[in-house]
Amino acid sequence: MFDTNELVINMGPQHPSTHGVLRVILRLDGERVIGSDVVIGYLHRGVEKLCEHRDWAQIVLITDRMDYVAAASNNLGYVETVEKLMSIEVPRRARYIRTILAELQRIASHCLWLGTHAMDIGAMTVFLYAFRERELVLDLFEEYCGARLTYNAMRVGGLPLDIPPGWDRKVRDFCDILGPKVDEYEQLLTHNRIWLERTRGVGVIPGEDAVAIGLSGPPLRGSGIPRDVRKDEPYAAYAEFDFDIPIGAAGDTYDRYLVRIEEFRQSVRIIRQALDGLPEGPILGKVPRLIKPPAGETYHAIEAPKGELGYFIASDGKSNTPYRFRVRPPSFCNLQALSRLIKGHLVADVVALIGSLDIVLGEVDR
Amino acid sequence: MFESILFYTLAAFILGFGVLVVTARNTVHCVVFLVANFLCVAMIYVMLGAEFLAIIQVLVYAGGIVVLYLFVVMLVNLKRGPDAAPDRRRQSRVGFVLAAVMLAEISAILVYSAARPASAVAAAAATPLQTVGNTEVVGMLLYTDYLIPFEVASMLLLVAMIGAILLAKKEI
Amino acid sequence: MPAWLPPPAVLAHLGLILVVFNMLVLSAAFMVWMERKVCAYIQDRNGPNRVGFEGVLQPFADVIKLLFKEELRPKAADALLFAIAPVISAAAAFAAFAVIPFGTSTTLWGLLDQPIPLQVTDVNVAVLVIFAITSMGIYGIVLAGWSSNSKYSLLGGLRSSAQMISYELSYGLALAAVIMLAGSLSLREIVLNQAGTWWGFIPRWYVFLQPIGFLIFMTAGVAETNRAPFDFPEAEQELVAGYHTEYSSMSFAMFFLAEYVNMVTVSAVATSLFLGGWLGPFLPDWLAWVWFLVKVFLILFFYVWMRWTLPRYRYDQLMEFGWKYLLPVAVLNLLATAALILWIG
Repeated sequence: MFDTNELVINMGPQHPSTHGVLRVILRLDGERVIGSDVVIGYLHRGVEKLCEHRDWAQIVLITDRMDYVAAASNNLGYVETVEKLMSIEVPRRARYIRTILAELQRIASHCLWLGTHAMDIGAMTVFLYAFRERELVLDLFEEYCGARLTYNAMRVGGLPLDIPPGWDRKVRDFCDILGPKVDEYEQLLTHNRIWLERTRGVGVIPGEDAVAIGLSGPPLRGSGIPRDVRKDEPYAAYAEFDFDIPIGAAGDTYDRYLVRIEEFRQSVRIIRQALDGLPEGPILGKVPRLIKPPAGETYHAIEAPKGELGYFIASDGKSNTPYRFRVRPPSFCNLQALSRLIKGHLVADVVALIGSLDIVLGEVDR
Repeated sequence: MFESILFYTLAAFILGFGVLVVTARNTVHCVVFLVANFLCVAMIYVMLGAEFLAIIQVLVYAGGIVVLYLFVVMLVNLKRGPDAAPDRRRQSRVGFVLAAVMLAEISAILVYSAARPASAVAAAAATPLQTVGNTEVVGMLLYTDYLIPFEVASMLLLVAMIGAILLAKKEI
Repeated sequence: MPAWLPPPAVLAHLGLILVVFNMLVLSAAFMVWMERKVCAYIQDRNGPNRVGFEGVLQPFADVIKLLFKEELRPKAADALLFAIAPVISAAAAFAAFAVIPFGTSTTLWGLLDQPIPLQVTDVNVAVLVIFAITSMGIYGIVLAGWSSNSKYSLLGGLRSSAQMISYELSYGLALAAVIMLAGSLSLREIVLNQAGTWWGFIPRWYVFLQPIGFLIFMTAGVAETNRAPFDFPEAEQELVAGYHTEYSSMSFAMFFLAEYVNMVTVSAVATSLFLGGWLGPFLPDWLAWVWFLVKVFLILFFYVWMRWTLPRYRYDQLMEFGWKYLLPVAVLNLLATAALILWIG
């Protein structure tokens, strides 16, 4: 009788819940999404090109600005790639501290994810609770390196600084605090009927599809694929610790949520082991004064909080800048799934799914 | 004195809004004027001591049915191009015929009611109004004297409802 | 219409209207402050604590700020309706309170010959009046959504009106059960019917006779006032701010005010219908309104508590819940009540 027109809604780049400057053009039938276009690039700064014009030590600072809520993981990925290129042996103590930093970073990043994800679904209070704990992590980082967001915390061959006295005690205290807090988040959400109805069966992505799209990190593990770079290709000191890789079954928003919640606990477990076994020794390996890797190229990936963060770096062996610098950002690759996930769901689910993929636009656009 | 001033003011408003309903170009405005019209009619009911009727007028017509009108009007874009406008002259001709019929009806009612004294039902309804409140009276009348029309009306609504569902849902 | 009332009574009545109006504005302001404070404590923060003692004057500071803001109107908006919509919202919110009794009656320490009831007006169809006026409030939201000429606003307006229409049915049926018990549509009579106690300690409140009705009423009330977890019309994470996305300055403040006044009204209606209105032990008659305030406050606190604890439902889930669960339960509750009244007599 009446022609039903599609309603085209432009969600973002200024929108409260697109986590930055993501723009999603939604074609709606009523409130149901029948098609979408994900537009990125509003935060493009040319990080990769920029890195090709900075010398090897300066690049650490630029990697901070990619996933700006998990700067330490970015640093770690970069310095390890360069170390691989130059075959530098990193002292054990440095590797342990790097692991602690990376896991603390994972906790901070997951706190941010949990807060914003819960807020997208309307649970405001969880947002503030999660940020309260994130604050503690930031305090620890501030004490370690003086910065709260862009740490520049690592150096090719090791670390610029040893941990300050008493810091390990504080990290231990934080680990004691976090456990009960995670239970508290779970009390508010995990068995909450509304939360279950909002997340169960929403944005299901089966395991093989997740692999085909190239998902990594919690979204991949939520679909039941036990892939974690920390286990599969151990880096830093992960090979020496005992921890589990949580995986989901259904591959829906709820499973991705559960996986990340469990990762909080596993991170605490890793940090505790690392603190217990923290070896004495130097924090910087034998590194030439001028870092200039030999000609060659390499790819190295780490498990960043958001997924597999890989660096491909080529060096021509002559100049003191990389010849080619390329990042495989987990947010960008995970974002590929968004169009597919939101199809057939309601507008309300779109924000839940953006949150569930846990993207940071600084890393998507670079 | 005061009541007649109020009555004529309200009557003027009702007519004014009525005219606006049919003349406004924007359909959403039409609906809003219709609501205003209903509210003024409800005030007339209050003046007549029929609070229940007034409230039902607001609740059902202004608050319920017209909201649904508004829905339809908002969702279905009614802006037509100038070519699509229907033949104005034919429209006004039909309008004149309808108006004449309406006028004839009203005058017939006037003549009829002037010729006969107030009906027994109206008299019965008028007396207990002030004492027990008219809700009970309306209820009693609906379920005794006007039971059959009442039931017929509800059947009609049921049929309309099922029909609407059938039309809207392609497969059931 | 009675002959012209003697001046003192008229004056007293005008005074009463003024008092109720200001009380509503103040209670809305207080609600805003309470909401922020309670939510702050729930969330491990301090909340407003700069303006006035513990930030009580914060709402006034906010209003002053809003007053001085520029009134923006989108170019393609419908000027008339865009301006009228917030007024309809606020007016409807205030008007509904007119029929709610909040205390016994007063002669103002003997100043008046006849005591005036603490209620703006006692209509014998009071419950229906509240309904009718609430249903008019929908127009404010729908028209705001439509006239802004913005897609987010339109979606918000549509959601909101669909939600209010759906939940009004359950809301009405829950009320109908109480009306049957009380045998009156006047709120004052309904409250007076709840006087006394069973076995000396359980007050004869309808909440004990109608527990299911009370639950339905509270649930539908949350949906009616567009509060979390049913706050879809303004689900900020999805629709930016829903129907008032394009509003600024005082027009926005009016929507804001309307929302809080509506909450107060719904709580007041719940208090009158289910919790015995101003009735309560210990206090003398002329202080009975304190009980009323206490009960309204408790319900409001419950609303705030819920908002800051629960996530938000999805729109289709809300509609499903309303039509498939709440409405049938309300109908059954009504039928059961009617059957019991007939059986017991």
